Amino acid sequence: MSPDDILEIASGACLVLGAAFVVIGALGLLRFPDLFARVHAASLIDTLGIGFLALGMGLHAGWSQVSLKLGFIVALVGLTSPVATHALAQAALHAGERPVLRSDRRDEGPLP
Amino acid sequence: MTGVTSESIVLFVNTALLLLMCAAALGVVRLRNLFAVVMLGGVYSFLMASLMVALDAVDVGMTETAVGAGISVVLMLSVLGLTKTREAAPRHRPLVALVVSAVVAVSLLYASGDLPPFGDPAAPAHQHVAPEYLARAPVETGAPNIVTAVLASYRGYDTLGETAVILTGGIGVLVLLLGARRRRGGVRQGGAGESPEGTGAPMLRDTVILRVGAKILLPFILLFALYVQFHGDFGPGGGFQAGVAAATGVVLYALVFGVASAQRVAPVRVVLVMVPLGVLIYAGTGLAGMLAGGNYLDYSVLAHDPVHGQHWGIFAVESGVFVTVSGTMLAIFYAFAGRRQAREEEGAGR
Amino acid sequence: MFAAALVAVLTGFALALTRALLGPTVFDRALAVNSCGTLAVATLALVGFVTERPDFLDIAILYVLLNVVGTIAVLRFVRFGQLGDPVEGERGGRGADEPG
Repeated sequence: MSPDDILEIASGACLVLGAAFVVIGALGLLRFPDLFARVHAASLIDTLGIGFLALGMGLHAGWSQVSLKLGFIVALVGLTSPVATHALAQAALHAGERPVLRSDRRDEGPLP
Repeated sequence: MTGVTSESIVLFVNTALLLLMCAAALGVVRLRNLFAVVMLGGVYSFLMASLMVALDAVDVGMTETAVGAGISVVLMLSVLGLTKTREAAPRHRPLVALVVSAVVAVSLLYASGDLPPFGDPAAPAHQHVAPEYLARAPVETGAPNIVTAVLASYRGYDTLGETAVILTGGIGVLVLLLGARRRRGGVRQGGAGESPEGTGAPMLRDTVILRVGAKILLPFILLFALYVQFHGDFGPGGGFQAGVAAATGVVLYALVFGVASAQRVAPVRVVLVMVPLGVLIYAGTGLAGMLAGGNYLDYSVLAHDPVHGQHWGIFAVESGVFVTVSGTMLAIFYAFAGRRQAREEEGAGR
Repeated sequence: MFAAALVAVLTGFALALTRALLGPTVFDRALAVNSCGTLAVATLALVGFVTERPDFLDIAILYVLLNVVGTIAVLRFVRFGQLGDPVEGERGGRGADEPG
Protein backbone atom coordinates (compact mmCIF):
# COMPACT_ATOMS: atom_id res chain seq x y z
CA MET A 1 0.00 0.00 0.00
CA SER A 2 1.78 3.06 -1.19
CA PRO A 3 1.26 6.38 0.54
CA ASP A 4 -0.87 7.46 -2.44
CA ASP A 5 -3.25 4.57 -1.82
CA ILE A 6 -3.51 5.45 1.83
CA LEU A 7 -4.24 9.04 0.91
CA GLU A 8 -6.93 7.96 -1.52
CA ILE A 9 -8.55 5.73 1.06
CA ALA A 10 -8.39 8.44 3.69
CA SER A 11 -9.84 10.93 1.22
CA GLY A 12 -12.67 8.57 0.37
CA ALA A 13 -13.41 7.91 4.02
CA CYS A 14 -13.53 11.61 4.80
CA LEU A 15 -15.85 12.23 1.88
CA VAL A 16 -18.18 9.49 3.05
CA LEU A 17 -18.15 10.85 6.60
CA GLY A 18 -18.85 14.35 5.36
CA ALA A 19 -21.66 13.12 3.17
CA ALA A 20 -23.14 11.20 6.08
CA PHE A 21 -23.12 14.24 8.32
CA VAL A 22 -24.72 16.33 5.60
CA VAL A 23 -27.57 13.86 5.26
CA ILE A 24 -27.97 13.51 9.02
CA GLY A 25 -28.00 17.27 9.48
CA ALA A 26 -30.51 17.79 6.70
CA LEU A 27 -32.76 15.04 8.06
CA GLY A 28 -32.65 16.72 11.44
CA LEU A 29 -33.47 20.04 9.83
CA LEU A 30 -36.56 18.47 8.34
CA ARG A 31 -37.71 16.26 11.19
CA PHE A 32 -37.00 18.07 14.42
CA PRO A 33 -40.08 19.47 16.11
CA ASP A 34 -39.11 23.07 16.67
CA LEU A 35 -36.94 25.89 15.38
CA PHE A 36 -34.17 25.81 17.94
CA ALA A 37 -33.62 22.08 17.58
CA ARG A 38 -33.48 22.58 13.83
CA VAL A 39 -30.79 25.23 14.25
CA HIS A 40 -28.80 22.69 16.16
CA ALA A 41 -29.22 20.08 13.43
CA ALA A 42 -28.36 22.51 10.66
CA SER A 43 -25.14 23.43 12.40
CA LEU A 44 -23.97 19.86 11.83
CA ILE A 45 -23.98 20.51 8.11
CA ASP A 46 -21.99 23.69 8.39
CA THR A 47 -19.26 22.35 10.61
CA LEU A 48 -18.78 18.61 10.36
CA GLY A 49 -20.32 18.24 6.93
CA ILE A 50 -18.30 20.87 5.13
CA GLY A 51 -15.25 20.12 7.27
CA PHE A 52 -15.01 16.47 6.37
CA LEU A 53 -15.92 17.04 2.75
CA ALA A 54 -13.24 19.68 2.43
CA LEU A 55 -10.73 17.44 4.20
CA GLY A 56 -11.52 14.62 1.81
CA MET A 57 -11.13 16.88 -1.20
CA GLY A 58 -7.95 18.37 0.17
CA LEU A 59 -6.41 14.96 0.71
CA HIS A 60 -7.27 14.11 -2.84
CA ALA A 61 -5.68 17.27 -4.18
CA GLY A 62 -2.52 17.27 -2.09
CA TRP A 63 -0.58 20.40 -1.19
CA SER A 64 -1.66 22.95 -3.71
CA GLN A 65 -3.57 26.15 -4.19
CA VAL A 66 -6.75 24.08 -4.25
CA SER A 67 -6.20 22.86 -0.70
CA LEU A 68 -5.45 26.39 0.43
CA LYS A 69 -8.74 27.60 -1.00
CA LEU A 70 -10.56 24.69 0.60
CA GLY A 71 -9.03 25.74 3.90
CA PHE A 72 -10.35 29.25 3.30
CA ILE A 73 -13.80 27.90 2.62
CA VAL A 74 -13.84 25.92 5.85
CA ALA A 75 -12.57 28.89 7.85
CA LEU A 76 -15.07 31.27 6.27
CA VAL A 77 -18.00 28.91 6.74
CA GLY A 78 -16.88 28.46 10.34
CA LEU A 79 -16.94 32.23 10.72
CA THR A 80 -20.12 33.16 8.86
CA SER A 81 -22.41 30.29 9.78
CA PRO A 82 -22.42 30.73 13.57
CA VAL A 83 -22.86 34.47 13.13
CA ALA A 84 -25.87 33.95 10.89
CA THR A 85 -27.49 31.28 13.04
CA HIS A 86 -26.86 33.30 16.19
CA ALA A 87 -28.56 36.29 14.64
CA LEU A 88 -31.40 34.01 13.53
CA ALA A 89 -31.93 32.47 16.96
CA GLN A 90 -31.84 35.85 18.61
CA ALA A 91 -34.28 37.32 16.13
CA ALA A 92 -36.58 34.35 16.72
CA LEU A 93 -36.44 34.84 20.48
CA HIS A 94 -37.13 38.51 20.05
CA ALA A 95 -40.13 37.70 17.88
CA GLY A 96 -41.60 35.42 20.51
CA GLU A 97 -40.63 31.95 19.39
CA ARG A 98 -40.00 29.68 22.31
CA PRO A 99 -38.45 26.21 22.31
CA VAL A 100 -40.78 23.27 22.73
CA LEU A 101 -39.90 21.89 26.14
CA ARG A 102 -40.44 18.51 27.66
CA SER A 103 -42.95 20.08 30.05
CA ASP A 104 -45.01 21.28 27.10
CA ARG A 105 -45.24 17.78 25.81
CA ARG A 106 -46.05 16.04 29.05
CA ASP A 107 -49.75 16.28 28.38
CA GLU A 108 -49.38 14.82 24.92
CA GLY A 109 -48.01 11.47 25.96
CA PRO A 110 -44.56 10.07 25.37
CA LEU A 111 -42.10 11.93 23.19
CA PRO A 112 -42.00 10.66 19.59
CA MET B 1 -17.67 2.23 -7.92
CA THR B 2 -16.94 0.86 -11.37
CA GLY B 3 -18.91 2.19 -14.27
CA VAL B 4 -19.49 5.57 -12.70
CA THR B 5 -17.87 7.83 -15.22
CA SER B 6 -17.37 11.52 -14.93
CA GLU B 7 -19.99 12.16 -17.59
CA SER B 8 -22.66 10.16 -15.84
CA ILE B 9 -21.96 11.96 -12.59
CA VAL B 10 -22.33 15.30 -14.32
CA LEU B 11 -25.51 14.11 -15.98
CA PHE B 12 -26.92 13.03 -12.63
CA VAL B 13 -25.91 16.31 -11.04
CA ASN B 14 -27.51 18.33 -13.82
CA THR B 15 -30.74 16.38 -13.58
CA ALA B 16 -30.87 16.64 -9.82
CA LEU B 17 -30.14 20.37 -9.90
CA LEU B 18 -32.85 20.94 -12.50
CA LEU B 19 -35.38 19.01 -10.43
CA LEU B 20 -34.49 21.04 -7.36
CA MET B 21 -34.85 24.20 -9.39
CA CYS B 22 -38.32 23.09 -10.45
CA ALA B 23 -39.23 22.53 -6.81
CA ALA B 24 -37.93 25.96 -5.84
CA ALA B 25 -39.76 27.58 -8.74
CA LEU B 26 -43.00 25.85 -7.77
CA GLY B 27 -42.51 27.18 -4.28
CA VAL B 28 -41.99 30.68 -5.63
CA VAL B 29 -45.19 30.46 -7.63
CA ARG B 30 -47.40 28.87 -5.01
CA LEU B 31 -46.36 30.55 -1.78
CA ARG B 32 -48.22 33.67 -0.79
CA ASN B 33 -45.76 34.91 1.76
CA LEU B 34 -43.39 37.17 -0.14
CA PHE B 35 -40.55 36.71 2.35
CA ALA B 36 -40.48 33.06 1.53
CA VAL B 37 -40.65 33.90 -2.16
CA VAL B 38 -37.64 36.17 -1.93
CA MET B 39 -35.65 33.57 -0.05
CA LEU B 40 -36.64 30.83 -2.46
CA GLY B 41 -35.56 33.13 -5.26
CA GLY B 42 -32.14 33.11 -3.66
CA VAL B 43 -32.20 29.31 -3.54
CA TYR B 44 -33.15 29.17 -7.20
CA SER B 45 -30.32 31.50 -7.97
CA PHE B 46 -27.61 29.43 -6.43
CA LEU B 47 -29.00 26.24 -7.89
CA MET B 48 -28.67 28.00 -11.21
CA ALA B 49 -25.09 28.96 -10.41
CA SER B 50 -24.24 25.35 -9.54
CA LEU B 51 -25.79 24.22 -12.79
CA MET B 52 -23.76 26.74 -14.73
CA VAL B 53 -20.57 25.53 -13.10
CA ALA B 54 -21.55 21.94 -13.87
CA LEU B 55 -22.00 22.98 -17.49
CA ASP B 56 -18.50 24.53 -17.50
CA ALA B 57 -19.67 28.15 -17.70
CA VAL B 58 -17.71 29.39 -14.72
CA ASP B 59 -17.72 33.11 -15.46
CA VAL B 60 -21.49 33.21 -15.79
CA GLY B 61 -21.77 31.01 -12.71
CA MET B 62 -19.71 33.47 -10.73
CA THR B 63 -21.87 36.38 -11.86
CA GLU B 64 -25.02 34.49 -10.93
CA THR B 65 -23.53 33.71 -7.54
CA ALA B 66 -22.49 37.25 -6.88
CA VAL B 67 -25.82 38.74 -7.87
CA GLY B 68 -28.21 36.16 -6.52
CA ALA B 69 -26.67 35.55 -3.14
CA GLY B 70 -26.63 38.91 -1.45
CA ILE B 71 -27.64 41.91 -3.45
CA SER B 72 -30.80 40.47 -5.05
CA VAL B 73 -32.21 39.38 -1.71
CA VAL B 74 -31.38 42.75 -0.18
CA LEU B 75 -32.93 44.79 -2.96
CA MET B 76 -36.06 42.68 -3.14
CA LEU B 77 -36.51 42.93 0.60
CA SER B 78 -36.13 46.68 0.27
CA VAL B 79 -39.00 46.64 -2.20
CA LEU B 80 -41.06 44.55 0.21
CA GLY B 81 -40.54 47.29 2.75
CA LEU B 82 -42.52 49.60 0.52
CA THR B 83 -45.34 47.19 -0.21
CA LYS B 84 -47.18 44.43 1.54
CA THR B 85 -45.50 41.20 2.50
CA ARG B 86 -48.33 38.98 1.49
CA GLU B 87 -49.31 38.42 -2.08
CA ALA B 88 -52.91 39.23 -2.85
CA ALA B 89 -54.97 36.24 -3.93
CA PRO B 90 -55.48 36.18 -7.69
CA ARG B 91 -58.97 37.06 -8.77
CA HIS B 92 -59.17 34.82 -11.78
CA ARG B 93 -57.61 31.58 -12.81
CA PRO B 94 -55.13 32.10 -15.61
CA LEU B 95 -56.08 29.06 -17.67
CA VAL B 96 -55.35 30.67 -21.03
CA ALA B 97 -51.88 31.65 -19.86
CA LEU B 98 -51.27 28.15 -18.62
CA VAL B 99 -52.29 26.60 -21.93
CA VAL B 100 -50.15 29.01 -23.92
CA SER B 101 -47.12 28.38 -21.68
CA ALA B 102 -47.58 24.65 -21.93
CA VAL B 103 -47.82 24.76 -25.73
CA VAL B 104 -44.69 26.92 -26.00
CA ALA B 105 -42.80 24.69 -23.57
CA VAL B 106 -43.66 21.55 -25.46
CA SER B 107 -42.68 23.13 -28.78
CA LEU B 108 -39.35 24.25 -27.37
CA LEU B 109 -38.66 20.82 -25.97
CA TYR B 110 -39.51 19.29 -29.31
CA ALA B 111 -37.28 21.75 -31.14
CA SER B 112 -34.40 21.20 -28.76
CA GLY B 113 -34.22 17.62 -29.95
CA ASP B 114 -32.66 18.94 -33.16
CA LEU B 115 -29.88 20.80 -31.43
CA PRO B 116 -26.36 19.35 -31.66
CA PRO B 117 -25.14 17.51 -28.57
CA PHE B 118 -23.84 19.67 -25.80
CA GLY B 119 -20.17 20.45 -26.26
CA ASP B 120 -20.02 18.94 -29.72
CA PRO B 121 -16.98 20.49 -31.40
CA ALA B 122 -18.59 20.17 -34.82
CA ALA B 123 -21.59 22.26 -33.85
CA PRO B 124 -22.12 25.39 -35.94
CA ALA B 125 -21.74 27.59 -32.88
CA HIS B 126 -18.18 26.39 -32.48
CA GLN B 127 -17.12 27.07 -36.06
CA HIS B 128 -16.28 30.34 -37.75
CA VAL B 129 -15.33 32.86 -35.09
CA ALA B 130 -14.84 30.65 -32.06
CA PRO B 131 -11.74 28.69 -33.13
CA GLU B 132 -10.20 31.92 -34.31
CA TYR B 133 -10.71 33.55 -30.93
CA LEU B 134 -9.39 30.47 -29.19
CA ALA B 135 -6.28 30.60 -31.31
CA ARG B 136 -5.69 34.34 -31.23
CA ALA B 137 -6.74 35.36 -27.76
CA PRO B 138 -3.86 34.00 -25.68
CA VAL B 139 -1.36 35.32 -28.18
CA GLU B 140 -2.82 38.75 -28.80
CA THR B 141 -4.18 39.63 -25.38
CA GLY B 142 -2.03 37.52 -23.10
CA ALA B 143 -5.07 36.68 -21.00
CA PRO B 144 -5.54 32.96 -20.37
CA ASN B 145 -9.22 33.47 -19.64
CA ILE B 146 -10.70 33.59 -23.12
CA VAL B 147 -14.07 34.75 -21.82
CA THR B 148 -12.53 37.90 -20.41
CA ALA B 149 -10.54 38.43 -23.57
CA VAL B 150 -13.65 38.17 -25.73
CA LEU B 151 -15.81 40.28 -23.42
CA ALA B 152 -13.34 43.03 -22.82
CA SER B 153 -11.39 43.14 -26.02
CA TYR B 154 -12.84 41.42 -29.05
CA ARG B 155 -16.42 42.28 -28.18
CA GLY B 156 -15.60 45.28 -26.05
CA TYR B 157 -18.22 47.40 -27.74
CA ASP B 158 -20.95 45.00 -26.62
CA THR B 159 -19.70 45.17 -23.07
CA LEU B 160 -19.73 48.96 -23.25
CA GLY B 161 -23.38 48.66 -24.19
CA GLU B 162 -24.06 46.34 -21.28
CA THR B 163 -22.43 48.73 -18.86
CA ALA B 164 -24.51 51.53 -20.33
CA VAL B 165 -27.60 49.39 -19.78
CA ILE B 166 -26.71 49.07 -16.11
CA LEU B 167 -26.25 52.81 -16.02
CA THR B 168 -29.63 53.53 -17.55
CA GLY B 169 -31.34 50.97 -15.35
CA GLY B 170 -29.79 52.57 -12.31
CA ILE B 171 -30.78 56.03 -13.44
CA GLY B 172 -34.34 54.84 -13.98
CA VAL B 173 -34.61 53.37 -10.51
CA LEU B 174 -32.99 56.38 -8.90
CA VAL B 175 -35.28 58.80 -10.70
CA LEU B 176 -38.30 56.84 -9.52
CA LEU B 177 -37.11 56.65 -5.95
CA LEU B 178 -35.34 59.94 -5.47
CA GLY B 179 -37.21 62.11 -7.90
CA ALA B 180 -40.28 62.57 -5.74
CA ARG B 181 -38.26 63.43 -2.68
CA ARG B 182 -36.16 65.92 -4.53
CA ARG B 183 -39.25 67.94 -5.18
CA ARG B 184 -40.02 67.99 -1.51
CA GLY B 185 -36.70 69.53 -0.72
CA GLY B 186 -33.32 67.96 -1.01
CA VAL B 187 -31.92 64.47 -0.96
CA ARG B 188 -32.15 63.10 2.53
CA GLN B 189 -29.19 61.39 4.01
CA GLY B 190 -30.32 58.01 5.22
CA GLY B 191 -30.39 57.03 8.84
CA ALA B 192 -30.49 59.23 11.87
CA GLY B 193 -29.24 62.25 9.97
CA GLU B 194 -27.50 64.73 12.20
CA SER B 195 -28.01 62.88 15.44
CA PRO B 196 -24.95 61.09 16.77
CA GLU B 197 -24.49 57.41 16.32
CA GLY B 198 -25.83 56.45 19.71
CA THR B 199 -29.45 57.57 19.39
CA GLY B 200 -31.90 55.87 17.08
CA ALA B 201 -29.27 53.31 16.32
CA PRO B 202 -30.48 50.13 14.69
CA MET B 203 -31.22 47.47 17.21
CA LEU B 204 -29.03 44.89 15.54
CA ARG B 205 -26.12 46.68 17.15
CA ASP B 206 -26.86 45.07 20.48
CA THR B 207 -25.62 41.76 19.19
CA VAL B 208 -21.92 41.77 19.80
CA ILE B 209 -21.41 38.62 17.83
CA LEU B 210 -22.96 40.06 14.74
CA ARG B 211 -20.94 43.25 14.97
CA VAL B 212 -17.65 41.47 15.50
CA GLY B 213 -18.44 38.91 12.83
CA ALA B 214 -19.31 41.60 10.34
CA LYS B 215 -16.16 43.54 11.16
CA ILE B 216 -14.06 40.46 10.52
CA LEU B 217 -15.87 39.57 7.32
CA LEU B 218 -15.81 42.97 5.70
CA PRO B 219 -12.14 43.15 4.81
CA PHE B 220 -12.36 39.66 3.36
CA ILE B 221 -15.31 40.56 1.19
CA LEU B 222 -13.71 43.73 -0.12
CA LEU B 223 -10.35 42.10 -0.61
CA PHE B 224 -11.92 39.19 -2.41
CA ALA B 225 -13.81 41.59 -4.62
CA LEU B 226 -10.52 43.16 -5.62
CA TYR B 227 -9.02 39.71 -6.16
CA VAL B 228 -11.90 38.75 -8.42
CA GLN B 229 -11.49 42.00 -10.32
CA PHE B 230 -7.84 41.54 -11.09
CA HIS B 231 -7.87 37.78 -11.38
CA GLY B 232 -10.48 37.99 -14.10
CA ASP B 233 -7.78 37.66 -16.71
CA PHE B 234 -6.75 34.26 -15.42
CA GLY B 235 -9.81 32.72 -13.87
CA PRO B 236 -13.49 33.42 -13.57
CA GLY B 237 -14.01 36.99 -12.58
CA GLY B 238 -14.03 40.49 -13.91
CA GLY B 239 -15.72 43.78 -13.37
CA PHE B 240 -19.34 42.68 -12.93
CA GLN B 241 -18.73 40.10 -10.27
CA ALA B 242 -16.25 42.24 -8.41
CA GLY B 243 -18.51 45.28 -8.46
CA VAL B 244 -21.44 43.36 -7.05
CA ALA B 245 -19.28 41.76 -4.37
CA ALA B 246 -17.86 45.09 -3.27
CA ALA B 247 -21.33 46.65 -3.11
CA THR B 248 -22.55 43.69 -1.09
CA GLY B 249 -19.74 44.26 1.38
CA VAL B 250 -20.83 47.83 1.98
CA VAL B 251 -24.44 46.65 2.21
CA LEU B 252 -23.40 44.20 4.94
CA TYR B 253 -21.85 47.07 6.82
CA ALA B 254 -25.05 49.06 6.41
CA LEU B 255 -27.20 46.17 7.59
CA VAL B 256 -25.26 45.63 10.79
CA PHE B 257 -24.13 49.12 11.71
CA GLY B 258 -26.79 51.25 10.13
CA VAL B 259 -27.12 53.06 6.86
CA ALA B 260 -25.82 56.25 8.47
CA SER B 261 -22.52 54.61 9.35
CA ALA B 262 -22.26 53.13 5.89
CA GLN B 263 -22.83 56.54 4.36
CA ARG B 264 -19.92 57.89 6.32
CA VAL B 265 -17.77 55.32 4.59
CA ALA B 266 -19.35 55.49 1.14
CA PRO B 267 -21.07 58.87 0.93
CA VAL B 268 -24.15 59.23 -1.20
CA ARG B 269 -22.60 61.90 -3.42
CA VAL B 270 -19.57 59.77 -4.17
CA VAL B 271 -21.72 56.77 -4.98
CA LEU B 272 -23.97 58.80 -7.23
CA VAL B 273 -20.91 60.07 -9.10
CA MET B 274 -19.59 56.53 -9.49
CA VAL B 275 -22.64 55.47 -11.41
CA PRO B 276 -21.82 57.27 -14.66
CA LEU B 277 -18.10 57.50 -13.99
CA GLY B 278 -17.50 53.88 -14.90
CA VAL B 279 -19.13 54.23 -18.28
CA LEU B 280 -17.07 57.36 -18.79
CA ILE B 281 -13.88 55.45 -18.04
CA TYR B 282 -14.90 52.74 -20.44
CA ALA B 283 -15.82 55.08 -23.25
CA GLY B 284 -12.76 57.16 -22.47
CA THR B 285 -10.55 54.15 -23.02
CA GLY B 286 -12.07 53.82 -26.44
CA LEU B 287 -11.39 57.46 -27.14
CA ALA B 288 -7.83 57.05 -25.93
CA GLY B 289 -7.44 54.38 -28.55
CA MET B 290 -8.62 56.80 -31.20
CA LEU B 291 -6.35 59.57 -29.96
CA ALA B 292 -3.43 57.20 -30.11
CA GLY B 293 -4.13 56.55 -33.75
CA GLY B 294 -6.16 53.36 -33.76
CA ASN B 295 -9.87 52.65 -33.96
CA TYR B 296 -12.39 53.21 -31.19
CA LEU B 297 -11.73 50.68 -28.39
CA ASP B 298 -8.59 49.46 -30.14
CA TYR B 299 -6.27 48.67 -27.25
CA SER B 300 -3.26 47.62 -29.26
CA VAL B 301 -2.11 51.18 -29.68
CA LEU B 302 -2.29 52.12 -26.02
CA ALA B 303 1.18 50.99 -25.06
CA HIS B 304 4.55 50.35 -26.57
CA ASP B 305 3.55 46.97 -27.91
CA PRO B 306 0.15 45.47 -28.72
CA VAL B 307 0.05 42.84 -25.98
CA HIS B 308 0.77 45.38 -23.27
CA GLY B 309 -1.74 47.65 -24.87
CA GLN B 310 -4.34 44.92 -24.60
CA HIS B 311 -3.46 44.40 -20.94
CA TRP B 312 -3.89 48.08 -20.16
CA GLY B 313 -7.03 48.30 -22.20
CA ILE B 314 -8.65 45.33 -20.52
CA PHE B 315 -7.59 46.61 -17.11
CA ALA B 316 -9.08 50.03 -17.79
CA VAL B 317 -12.42 48.81 -19.09
CA GLU B 318 -12.85 46.26 -16.34
CA SER B 319 -12.22 49.01 -13.80
CA GLY B 320 -14.87 51.08 -15.51
CA VAL B 321 -17.33 48.23 -15.28
CA PHE B 322 -16.46 47.74 -11.60
CA VAL B 323 -17.05 51.39 -10.77
CA THR B 324 -20.41 51.58 -12.51
CA VAL B 325 -21.74 48.28 -11.22
CA SER B 326 -20.78 48.84 -7.59
CA GLY B 327 -21.96 52.44 -7.70
CA THR B 328 -25.34 51.50 -9.17
CA MET B 329 -26.00 48.72 -6.68
CA LEU B 330 -25.10 50.90 -3.74
CA ALA B 331 -27.04 53.88 -5.04
CA ILE B 332 -30.19 51.78 -5.43
CA PHE B 333 -29.75 50.38 -1.94
CA TYR B 334 -29.31 53.84 -0.46
CA ALA B 335 -32.33 55.07 -2.35
CA PHE B 336 -34.54 52.30 -0.98
CA ALA B 337 -33.17 52.61 2.52
CA GLY B 338 -33.67 56.32 2.62
CA ARG B 339 -37.09 56.29 1.03
CA ARG B 340 -38.97 54.24 3.58
CA GLN B 341 -37.67 56.47 6.29
CA ALA B 342 -38.55 59.64 4.44
CA ARG B 343 -42.07 58.33 3.93
CA GLU B 344 -42.49 57.72 7.63
CA GLU B 345 -41.16 61.12 8.54
CA GLU B 346 -43.57 62.73 6.16
CA GLY B 347 -46.38 60.61 7.56
CA ALA B 348 -45.50 61.59 11.10
CA GLY B 349 -45.22 65.24 10.23
CA ARG B 350 -48.62 65.44 8.62
CA MET C 1 -16.44 8.58 -3.92
CA PHE C 2 -17.19 12.00 -5.31
CA ALA C 3 -20.33 10.58 -6.84
CA ALA C 4 -21.50 9.28 -3.47
CA ALA C 5 -20.71 12.58 -1.81
CA LEU C 6 -22.59 14.44 -4.53
CA VAL C 7 -25.63 12.21 -4.15
CA ALA C 8 -25.64 12.81 -0.41
CA VAL C 9 -25.17 16.56 -0.71
CA LEU C 10 -27.97 16.84 -3.27
CA THR C 11 -30.21 14.73 -1.05
CA GLY C 12 -29.44 17.06 1.82
CA PHE C 13 -30.26 19.94 -0.45
CA ALA C 14 -33.63 18.41 -1.28
CA LEU C 15 -34.39 17.94 2.41
CA ALA C 16 -33.40 21.47 3.29
CA LEU C 17 -35.46 22.79 0.38
CA THR C 18 -38.46 20.87 1.72
CA ARG C 19 -38.01 22.58 5.04
CA ALA C 20 -37.77 25.93 3.24
CA LEU C 21 -41.06 25.20 1.48
CA LEU C 22 -42.81 23.89 4.59
CA GLY C 23 -41.31 25.82 7.48
CA PRO C 24 -44.16 27.31 9.43
CA THR C 25 -42.27 30.42 10.49
CA VAL C 26 -40.05 32.71 8.51
CA PHE C 27 -37.12 31.72 10.74
CA ASP C 28 -37.41 28.10 9.68
CA ARG C 29 -37.22 29.19 6.10
CA ALA C 30 -34.28 31.48 6.71
CA LEU C 31 -32.44 28.66 8.44
CA ALA C 32 -33.20 26.25 5.64
CA VAL C 33 -32.06 28.73 3.01
CA ASN C 34 -28.84 29.32 4.93
CA SER C 35 -28.20 25.58 4.98
CA CYS C 36 -29.06 25.38 1.29
CA GLY C 37 -26.35 27.97 0.74
CA THR C 38 -23.74 25.94 2.57
CA LEU C 39 -24.79 22.85 0.64
CA ALA C 40 -24.53 24.80 -2.58
CA VAL C 41 -20.92 25.58 -1.69
CA ALA C 42 -20.31 21.88 -1.13
CA THR C 43 -21.98 21.09 -4.44
CA LEU C 44 -19.85 23.64 -6.25
CA ALA C 45 -16.66 22.26 -4.79
CA LEU C 46 -17.55 18.63 -5.51
CA VAL C 47 -18.74 19.36 -9.05
CA GLY C 48 -15.54 21.22 -9.68
CA PHE C 49 -13.52 18.24 -8.53
CA VAL C 50 -15.50 15.88 -10.72
CA THR C 51 -15.12 18.04 -13.82
CA GLU C 52 -11.51 18.86 -12.90
CA ARG C 53 -11.79 22.62 -13.06
CA PRO C 54 -9.85 24.27 -10.27
CA ASP C 55 -11.44 27.67 -10.93
CA PHE C 56 -14.69 26.75 -9.21
CA LEU C 57 -13.34 27.34 -5.71
CA ASP C 58 -13.26 31.09 -6.26
CA ILE C 59 -16.97 30.90 -6.85
CA ALA C 60 -17.46 28.85 -3.72
CA ILE C 61 -15.52 31.34 -1.59
CA LEU C 62 -17.53 34.19 -3.06
CA TYR C 63 -20.69 32.35 -2.24
CA VAL C 64 -19.76 31.77 1.39
CA LEU C 65 -19.02 35.46 1.83
CA LEU C 66 -22.24 36.65 0.24
CA ASN C 67 -24.59 34.05 1.71
CA VAL C 68 -24.41 35.58 5.13
CA VAL C 69 -25.49 38.97 3.78
CA GLY C 70 -28.77 37.52 2.53
CA THR C 71 -29.54 35.86 5.83
CA ILE C 72 -28.77 38.97 7.84
CA ALA C 73 -30.89 41.06 5.48
CA VAL C 74 -33.89 38.78 6.02
CA LEU C 75 -33.44 38.88 9.78
CA ARG C 76 -33.08 42.61 9.92
CA PHE C 77 -36.13 42.98 7.79
CA VAL C 78 -38.21 40.71 9.97
CA ARG C 79 -37.15 42.58 13.04
CA PHE C 80 -37.49 46.14 11.87
CA GLY C 81 -39.80 45.96 8.90
CA GLN C 82 -37.38 47.81 6.66
CA LEU C 83 -33.75 47.91 5.78
CA GLY C 84 -33.00 51.55 6.46
CA ASP C 85 -32.37 52.93 9.89
CA PRO C 86 -35.39 52.98 12.15
CA VAL C 87 -36.83 56.40 12.89
CA GLU C 88 -36.80 57.43 16.55
CA GLY C 89 -39.28 55.36 18.44
CA GLU C 90 -40.03 52.78 15.81
CA ARG C 91 -39.50 49.26 16.98
CA GLY C 92 -42.14 47.26 15.21
CA GLY C 93 -41.37 44.28 13.12
CA ARG C 94 -43.29 43.31 10.08
CA GLY C 95 -42.72 39.78 9.12
CA ALA C 96 -42.74 38.23 12.54
CA ASP C 97 -46.48 38.52 12.82
CA GLU C 98 -47.02 37.08 9.42
CA PRO C 99 -47.92 33.41 9.56
CA GLY C 100 -45.00 31.74 7.91
